[in-house]
Amino acid sequence: MTEPREGEGGANHSRRRFLIAATSIMGVVGAAGVATPFVAAWRPSARTRAAAAPVRVDISRLEPGQRLTVEWRGLPVWIISRTPEMLARTEAGEVSRLADPTSQRSRQPDYAAGELRSIRPEIGVLVGLCTHLGCSPLYRPEPEAAVTADWPGGFFCPCHGSYFDLAGRVYRNVPAPTNLDVPPYRFDGDDLIVGEDAEVA
Amino acid sequence: MRAPLQGFLRWLDARLPLTRMIRQHLTHYYVPKNLNFWYVFGVLALVVLANQLVTGLWLTMSYTPTAEGAFASIEYIMRDVEYGWLIRYMHSTGASALFLVVYLHMFRSLLYGSYRAPRELVWIFGMALYLVLMAEAFMGYLLPWGQLSYWGAQVITSLFSAIPVIGADLAQWVRGDYLVSGVTLNRFFALHVIGLPIVIVALVMLHLVALHEVGSNNPDGIEIRSHTDEKGRPLDGIPFHPYYTVKDLVGVAIFLFVFAAVIFYFPEGGGHLLERPNFEPANPLVMPEHIAPVWYFTPFYAILRAITFGFLGLEAKFLGLVFMATAIALMFVLPWLDRSPVKSMRYKGWLSRLFLALFCLSFLALGVLGALPPTPLRTLAAQGCTVLYFAYFLLMPFYTRLERPKPVPNRVTIR
Repeated sequence: MTEPREGEGGANHSRRRFLIAATSIMGVVGAAGVATPFVAAWRPSARTRAAAAPVRVDISRLEPGQRLTVEWRGLPVWIISRTPEMLARTEAGEVSRLADPTSQRSRQPDYAAGELRSIRPEIGVLVGLCTHLGCSPLYRPEPEAAVTADWPGGFFCPCHGSYFDLAGRVYRNVPAPTNLDVPPYRFDGDDLIVGEDAEVA
Repeated sequence: MRAPLQGFLRWLDARLPLTRMIRQHLTHYYVPKNLNFWYVFGVLALVVLANQLVTGLWLTMSYTPTAEGAFASIEYIMRDVEYGWLIRYMHSTGASALFLVVYLHMFRSLLYGSYRAPRELVWIFGMALYLVLMAEAFMGYLLPWGQLSYWGAQVITSLFSAIPVIGADLAQWVRGDYLVSGVTLNRFFALHVIGLPIVIVALVMLHLVALHEVGSNNPDGIEIRSHTDEKGRPLDGIPFHPYYTVKDLVGVAIFLFVFAAVIFYFPEGGGHLLERPNFEPANPLVMPEHIAPVWYFTPFYAILRAITFGFLGLEAKFLGLVFMATAIALMFVLPWLDRSPVKSMRYKGWLSRLFLALFCLSFLALGVLGALPPTPLRTLAAQGCTVLYFAYFLLMPFYTRLERPKPVPNRVTIR
């Protein structure tokens, strides 16, 4: 084996380059390893995740037309008792005014993917946060001209002016891109459990 | 009496570049002799930053960074801590004052071309400072844990969720919870009191060192270092100390007069410095009727809201974020957009003046629109102002070359 002599003073430059590259790569790997706990520490902690358990709500005393707000994972979840008139207005609403009338691009469990986005038509369950930037829209169930022309009742977000119908479906030409989220939920007698999926029959 | 002191100084200088630093940055740092009123805001920003650091440190001593204790601890500071009300008002008013002087400081740069070569890096460090200051102010705003603190943080952290694919996870990672919560409050506190202040102080030092390397600009936009005496001192320059330290002291005194008047008589600033819904504790289930950020963020908030339409297959929500981020990012590349042969607005043509005036007016209008609830007409106005805002930057390479500048004098002028 011949001794490679490239530079002055007998330095082996190719070996030196290799060692510098190898040391640098190891240094980067080490830095990434050290960064891991710091990045991971920002994710929801075990306590936060444990606090996100399902919530049981008694809905037997929910009046027709009334909205109940419960907290699930810190999110406001609305339980809306929709009267036959409200349902009729929602179903009679012009589909062409809605951005995603059949909820193709929106987030909801499969068992709530219908037009009214619920298991039982008369009980609507929605996450009360605008899909635009997370404001909480206002409940405006009655037709009133103050919201928008031909308002059939629904939700109005005062932050950036997004509209949703009583099934949480978003209107066209507003900042919110998708319908309001429907959380996983199921019925258990008189109780509604938010955070647990209904068994698909 | 003097001899021992001289001896101590010699001892120090052999171990620390003390005298050399004082000469380099104060007594032998030559500043153009024609600086005007607009040049006081850099020093004022330093004064207010010092105010924020000291009052912030004192507030930390009585504040509780938990969802359960934060709101009550602010009330405790306001009512029970000796002079706690004063220290808190100094801090809350200081935040607005800092943005006010920083905006005027930035306007000065636009007016006299202080961002142009060779001061690009001074400008970039300054813009980085502005960006970190916005993050600092935003995180500080969550700490009182009032209704607007909470919902403001909710809206702004939701901005991350607008990013395609990784957005939702990123927003959750920033919050540390499914929604803004005590976990978020605790980490924002850590970043507000230690993480970002260190970055800010480091950037201020870089901003100043870079400035002193190239020397200050002046209202004529002429390099004073190209006319020097036999010792290499600029003919149109005077030492920063004592000439400008004394002059700046007058500016500081006037500023403190106004600052104190606000602290003592209008600490809430009519609901603009401390917003009214924030006197109610944070409630994740009920949102206030109207959410608007503090005044210094409203121009960018208005741009965000102005984008109500999707484009090129991108959702309006994401596009709004892109426009808002671009509105800030464009400022960073300003030194390379300006192609005028002259720096100062004094010698630029009417096109440059027109675009700067339109830019300032649109920025102010966006600031007003961003604070108001949206209506179709206001959204339309915000869209128009957004166009003017972007036109200033994007058309700059063209209008600065099109116009005919006035001849620039050889030496600085005093008006």
